[in-house]
Amino acid sequence: MAKPESELTWQDLEIGSIVTEPGNASQYRTGDWRSQRPSHDFTKCIKCGLCYIFCPEGCLGQTAEGYFEADLFYCKGCGICAQECPTGAIAMQQEEE
Amino acid sequence: MAQRLGMEVSVALGEAVKLADADVIAAYPITPQTHIVEHLAELVADGELDAEYIPVESEHSAMSACLGAAASGARTFTASAGQGLELMHEVLYVASSMRLPIVMAVANRALSAPLSVWGDHSDAMAVRDTGWIQLFTENGQEVVDQVLCAFRIAEDRRVLLPVMVHLDGFHLSHVIEPITLPEQTQVEQFLGTNQYPLPLHPDKPVAMGDFGPPFIYTETKWAQEVNLRKSKEVVLECWQEFGRTFKRHYQPVEGYHSEDARVLLLTMGSFSETAMAAIDRMRQNGQEVGLIRLRLWRPFPFSEFRRAVKNAELLIVLDRAISFGGPGGPVCSEIRSALYNQEKRPKIVGFVGGLGGRDITVDGFEQIITRGIEIGQTGSEQEFEIFGVRE
Amino acid sequence: MPNYTIFVPRLLTKRENFAPGHRACIGCGEALAVRLACKAMGQNIIVVNATGCMEIVASQLPYTSWRVPWIHTLFENTAAVASGIEAGLKVMMRKRRIATQEINVVAIAGDGGTADIGLQALSGAMERGHDFLYLCFDNEAYMNTGIQRSSATPFGASTTTSPAGKVSIGQFSWKKDMPAIAAAHNIPYVATACPSYPFDLIEKVKKGLKVKGPAYVHILSVCPTGWRCATELTIKIGRLAVETGIFPLYEVENGRYKMSLKPDKLRPVNEYMKLQRRFRHLSEKTIKQIGQRVGEEYGKLLEKVA
Repeated sequence: MAKPESELTWQDLEIGSIVTEPGNASQYRTGDWRSQRPSHDFTKCIKCGLCYIFCPEGCLGQTAEGYFEADLFYCKGCGICAQECPTGAIAMQQEEE
Repeated sequence: MAQRLGMEVSVALGEAVKLADADVIAAYPITPQTHIVEHLAELVADGELDAEYIPVESEHSAMSACLGAAASGARTFTASAGQGLELMHEVLYVASSMRLPIVMAVANRALSAPLSVWGDHSDAMAVRDTGWIQLFTENGQEVVDQVLCAFRIAEDRRVLLPVMVHLDGFHLSHVIEPITLPEQTQVEQFLGTNQYPLPLHPDKPVAMGDFGPPFIYTETKWAQEVNLRKSKEVVLECWQEFGRTFKRHYQPVEGYHSEDARVLLLTMGSFSETAMAAIDRMRQNGQEVGLIRLRLWRPFPFSEFRRAVKNAELLIVLDRAISFGGPGGPVCSEIRSALYNQEKRPKIVGFVGGLGGRDITVDGFEQIITRGIEIGQTGSEQEFEIFGVRE
Repeated sequence: MPNYTIFVPRLLTKRENFAPGHRACIGCGEALAVRLACKAMGQNIIVVNATGCMEIVASQLPYTSWRVPWIHTLFENTAAVASGIEAGLKVMMRKRRIATQEINVVAIAGDGGTADIGLQALSGAMERGHDFLYLCFDNEAYMNTGIQRSSATPFGASTTTSPAGKVSIGQFSWKKDMPAIAAAHNIPYVATACPSYPFDLIEKVKKGLKVKGPAYVHILSVCPTGWRCATELTIKIGRLAVETGIFPLYEVENGRYKMSLKPDKLRPVNEYMKLQRRFRHLSEKTIKQIGQRVGEEYGKLLEKVA
């Protein structure tokens, strides 16, 4: 969105307030929510992708080598990935200030 | 060659929807609209109208299915009345605020309790604020004509709003009247095809129906209001084009001997035709009375209405609905509001009558006008007069 | 069921049609379920969403998390709106107003919007046989409005309108069997699913899409906020729901029941319930009664399979 939402006028709205930019909510940094963050030990990662499957945000992506890593822009720190990882490659740590 | 035939108005309405080549009809039966949806079912069953006929399980679902159909870009129609219109109440607001071009015929019916299948305008008045374009009709020909216009107005890119065509339950829906159905080719040319600009389709994903927090809700409502007001231009344009094509002319406010009348009666719906007979009779007796008929109800035709009453000294408004504990008739209170700031305005006297299918004869209208003139001179303690109640 | 875990990255589309950046709670099982369903559904869909958690978290003006066509209108009319879209597309393709192509209509609603206020519209749509897929995301209460009970709230659960108190044990009725109601409409496909079994869920959603006519998939959505459990246990709790027999996984294809997973022995229900503070007020006696009833219901289900 070009304009910040608080500056939108009635004329900026599409007919019926239809939103025509698919997925534009993805600019919202849900990563600001978390109080703990996942840390990845790639020596244990077997690239199974279970963390990717089970993440409610869908924010696990693959590094160039194929290891799975959380995108901290979106990661809310729920801990599911750490809980479900079969090799214990992910651990949750307190989020820094 | 278009023929003039005697037809039941509901059936003629169905034929109009067929001429318009509607795509989706979501139908739930309720007296006195049943003949409309029944005839449409026959037309679809016989292959005369190629449409998807959805026999929904309630009026709420009827209007909801219409939302979906219109959002996918289909030409959409439904009909209801009374309790049915009330059951879909919340959906009506959604249809207009989401700018979905749906056409609905309403066979105006009284609201329970007590249960009444008979005609009055209480169902229409209950949905005044829903943001729909609303038209009232006087006779069967008008019903057909306005249904056709409704599709054109609703689907116009400048409008994209749902349109309600009101016809009096039983008094119009169930009577046989002489009606000329236009030719199919003429209608096709007049209506064109529905080109909804942002339909739901995987080729161009859109999100419809986001929620609106306080920071934006006002803007969405103002946009809606501006759009509804501006749609009046399109209504007038449509009627002009209709007049050129089909040689029948419609105005938002129509007068009958109203230019020079000192006393005006205002009616809506089929009562207008009976009132005209009363006007004729009274004028023969030398009284300077006239009639104003409101055809366009929403958006309210402020300028046309003010022009129509500017020479009158007394305006008698007949409401066919009652707003309990308030100023009486909803139409009368809107009339008063429309004229309040005018420098020169007539005295206004409000009557409520014809509730629950109670007929008002030509004599009755004479009585109303006479009594209205009386109140205009002496004033009244009451906010309004109820006509025809046995006390 | 087959174990595809090693091949996950290669089997699923990477595309997220329910884009990250949505405002679901931390650890939301429903958001995960929607995300997984999206993996199954592809691009050629139109989503009809009821008012509820998934609608609110994904659609604050002027944004949307959805990358496929999406419409939300009201709370109780999802199936009716879906009927209208399905009919509209059908007739417009028939009249050649739009190109003929496969476009699946998918209805998404919560347990309240399905089993309570939305039941009429769903029943009507199923009876009329519209070709659409209905996904019920069941987090067992009206979560979006603040954890109020619905007919899908399990017996004994504490919610804000069925709170555990001095003279109440919480929810006083047994969970409404919504899949059975769907199956009673004789629709071609009914299934239950849980995101803890992701590939089973994906397969079922795919099957539902392929079927001609109404398809209904009931998806358990663990809600850490409303069930009051730790956010990292969403998957584990979903697994336990299945393994205790509380939420069995099965399909009903043209009236034939088929279990998706049949544990040799059901785990004690307490293993599932002790992880959720919505049950913590229940006495051992009540939990035992619940366990017995779960066993009975499970037995009745198995009989349908035979």
